[in-house]
Amino acid sequence: MTAERFPWIDPVRRRFSGYGMLGVLLLLSVLFSVLTLQDQHPSGDRAASELVDVLEDRADRQHAILLVARDSDQDRSFLEAMRTKLTDLGFTDVRLAAGGPPIIRAACEELASVDTGRRWLVTLNTSLPVVESITRTLPALADTEILSPRSYRWPTFLLPDNLRNVANQIAVIAIVAVGMTLVIITAGIDLSVGSLIALSAVVCAWLVKALGGAGAGPGAMLLAGLGAVLLCALAGLFSGTMVVRFRLPPFIATLAMMQVASGVAYIIAQGRPIYDAPDAFTTLGRGVDPALGLPYAVWLMIALYAIAHLLMSRTALGRHIYAVGGNLEAARLAGVRTGLVLVFVYALCGALAGLGGVVMASQLKSGAPTYGLMYELYVIAAVVVGGTSLAGGQGRVLGTLIGAFIIAVIQNGMNLTNVESYTQKVVLGLVILGAVLLDRMRKR
Amino acid sequence: MLRLRGVRKTFPGTVAVAGADLDVLPGEILALVGENGAGKSTLIKMIAGAHRPDVGQIELGDQDITGLSPAKVMDQGVAVIYQELNQVPGLTVRDNLFLGREPSLLRPLDRSTEDQRARQVLARLGCDVDPDTRIADLDLARRQLVEIARALLGEVRILILDEPTATLTPRETEQLFTVLDELRQGGLGLVFISHRLDEVARLADRVAVMRDGEMLGTWNAADLDRRQLIELMVGRSLEQEFPPREVTIGEPILTVENLQSNDLEAASFTAHAGEVLGLAGLVGAGRTELMRLVFGADRPQSGTVMVDGRLVPPGSPRSAIQHGLALLTEDRKGQGLVLDLTARENFALGNLDRWSRGGWIDGAREEAVFAGHVQRLGIKLSGSEQKAGELSGGNQQKLLIARWLERDARVVIVDEPTRGIDVGAKHDIYELINDLAAQGKAVVVISSELPEVLGICDRILVMHEGRITGEITDPANASQADVLALAVAEESA
Repeated sequence: MTAERFPWIDPVRRRFSGYGMLGVLLLLSVLFSVLTLQDQHPSGDRAASELVDVLEDRADRQHAILLVARDSDQDRSFLEAMRTKLTDLGFTDVRLAAGGPPIIRAACEELASVDTGRRWLVTLNTSLPVVESITRTLPALADTEILSPRSYRWPTFLLPDNLRNVANQIAVIAIVAVGMTLVIITAGIDLSVGSLIALSAVVCAWLVKALGGAGAGPGAMLLAGLGAVLLCALAGLFSGTMVVRFRLPPFIATLAMMQVASGVAYIIAQGRPIYDAPDAFTTLGRGVDPALGLPYAVWLMIALYAIAHLLMSRTALGRHIYAVGGNLEAARLAGVRTGLVLVFVYALCGALAGLGGVVMASQLKSGAPTYGLMYELYVIAAVVVGGTSLAGGQGRVLGTLIGAFIIAVIQNGMNLTNVESYTQKVVLGLVILGAVLLDRMRKR
Repeated sequence: MLRLRGVRKTFPGTVAVAGADLDVLPGEILALVGENGAGKSTLIKMIAGAHRPDVGQIELGDQDITGLSPAKVMDQGVAVIYQELNQVPGLTVRDNLFLGREPSLLRPLDRSTEDQRARQVLARLGCDVDPDTRIADLDLARRQLVEIARALLGEVRILILDEPTATLTPRETEQLFTVLDELRQGGLGLVFISHRLDEVARLADRVAVMRDGEMLGTWNAADLDRRQLIELMVGRSLEQEFPPREVTIGEPILTVENLQSNDLEAASFTAHAGEVLGLAGLVGAGRTELMRLVFGADRPQSGTVMVDGRLVPPGSPRSAIQHGLALLTEDRKGQGLVLDLTARENFALGNLDRWSRGGWIDGAREEAVFAGHVQRLGIKLSGSEQKAGELSGGNQQKLLIARWLERDARVVIVDEPTRGIDVGAKHDIYELINDLAAQGKAVVVISSELPEVLGICDRILVMHEGRITGEITDPANASQADVLALAVAEESA
């Protein structure tokens, strides 16, 4: 009867029925939002703009203004931003004090000795108690107004910085999980992705080093990245060929590749991380786009999911991947080139693991054979939590994205709520189990 | 002995069994017949304890066994032999017989006693199987006997068999019937589900008919002829079991020369435009194997296949399809359909190139083309997004026929086109086969049902042990005995 009254509800329901885990993701987000609801103290540019507005209204241009904050990168950027803005507005006497109580005290005493009329003290909430206790001991500053940004209540989890962080943390796993989803839909598995991440990171870093080290240009870095991805694609191609040509179980073929790739990574790196890379090497992993502030790695992830979704839902190849996983013999007898489909899927999975490795190398500005350890399990967990059946033939790429985010949100949420890292593992394991159980029961 | 009163079972959306009464007497064979979906399986599962009836009572002797667990029901003496045999293929016959009957999990097994009892019970069934053979090494008929033997190890009073002959050859069926006959004389109550009405007529004392969840009643087998029985099952009167058609046989389309493999001797034959060519023989005679070679599903050792004079590269279904061959396998669920994909997607598999450009599927065209076929063939769907696995056997078969119709194949090979399909839908399938032939295609029909082969084919090839042993050029005037003679008695010829 709901369907009669709301004719749109059925298509909507059908559209989202494959993404049951979306609800779990939203629930987790709500949970961690509630748990991390607390007073937020603005800092950086945001705080600077707010306080500059106040001063512009109320202070004369020649008043003495002392800006106080701790000696940290973030606080310094606040101080610098304020000074620049105030100077631009024509304020003549702007002083800075960054550091602990002794430095602040000295700066305050100096401020007390000035007599240009009113004096202003501007600080962040984090330094406010120190500033207040110091001014109480200095009678000359008794009438000095202390400005600090207004605090507000908001979940730390939902701060844009944190959400960006969540996305950035999961980017590598999510990228690799695209390929894994396709492999699992063909009723296969690829255990080698963790090792391929390491191999790719090492090869990429090694190539950058060979092509000029810290002086390597963008072309060289691009070449290094492509080389690493290509190598991993070949590794996947090899696994796929073993599966198709010699009927090896995917578990075995990729288990062997897992060992080989890891070993080769150690040999190339001689057991040590490779560091020699220019600063620009981190653009992919740490760089942020100017418009939305999203890391490039996250954009890459979004683009890959969009492409993979179209591939699986709109192309003949995608349909064939589902068919091969659902019933290999039926697909073959219907004229599908099943061997080609399988080899493609493993090669793609290898290439994406390689891409994940390049992103990781860029994030960490180095390549080491220890990267990607156990990642195959996180990646498989993301795929399975996303609703793809290990039996093959069923699953959705966007479900995997949701699965990856569920894992990321749980990890991030537990970090924010100060759950110990050992406990985190236990919780993560149970949540994966619970999420999949929930999905099973819903389907039944 | 077994008494059902007002037993009813509903599932969300459907009434599976609507208040059924049934009596099974000791020393009789009761045949339970009805179309697929009539509620037979649900009824059996309620007796076996796998489903709990919503209302109604099931009594065994003077005991109420309604809603007991399957294990308890079995202890009471009701054994069910399902179509999918419940065996561990890797274990021996003896281990399977005693699986779950071991007295204790840790106590060492008493091999000699088990061995003795196993031989006894197998001998009772006239089954010449060594208890040390692995189940996987047995043929289906023997595996079935082992399953029956397993039931007989306990105190069985009621034995229920769900389509026991579906996968047996005529000779094996005969053997099974002898066994069932003996069990009947031993005072067991037997319930026998079958789609093969000639078997029902042969074996059953009484017939219970179900239709759409209703138990229509029980008749003495002798009082019903085949036609009346079909009409009861279908709920309407049938004009004719095999629809008539105009036959215009044209040029040869399919030419097979000296095709052979490990198990098949060199086979040569042709099929003509407009012709329905039958391929008869016992199960295991190599009919399916031969047609898989023709289609390229398996690679032949030597020999050639030509369609319209063009050589088809061997061992590639894809090339075969491109040359105009189509194969509808006997194993629809295992080899024909991808059950998790929707009906539409299954239809489209193998046809995608017809409505995609550069690999991109034109979804709207696909929907439209599919809708056309659904309407023309009368495929019953709850929606185009319904999964293929949820369709009935007849609709699954039509779906696969639609796939090859869209492909416009020149030669359509149909393996056991009506296996597991109920009487009403069979007629539709026969008409579709006639249509294919009328469009000038060559149709090759493999069938184990002799009346079917004789009824729909224009010419019949008979195979025996991997060899084409004979040809019947005028099926209309041939008898089942003529075909069987070629299929089994080659040695004497």
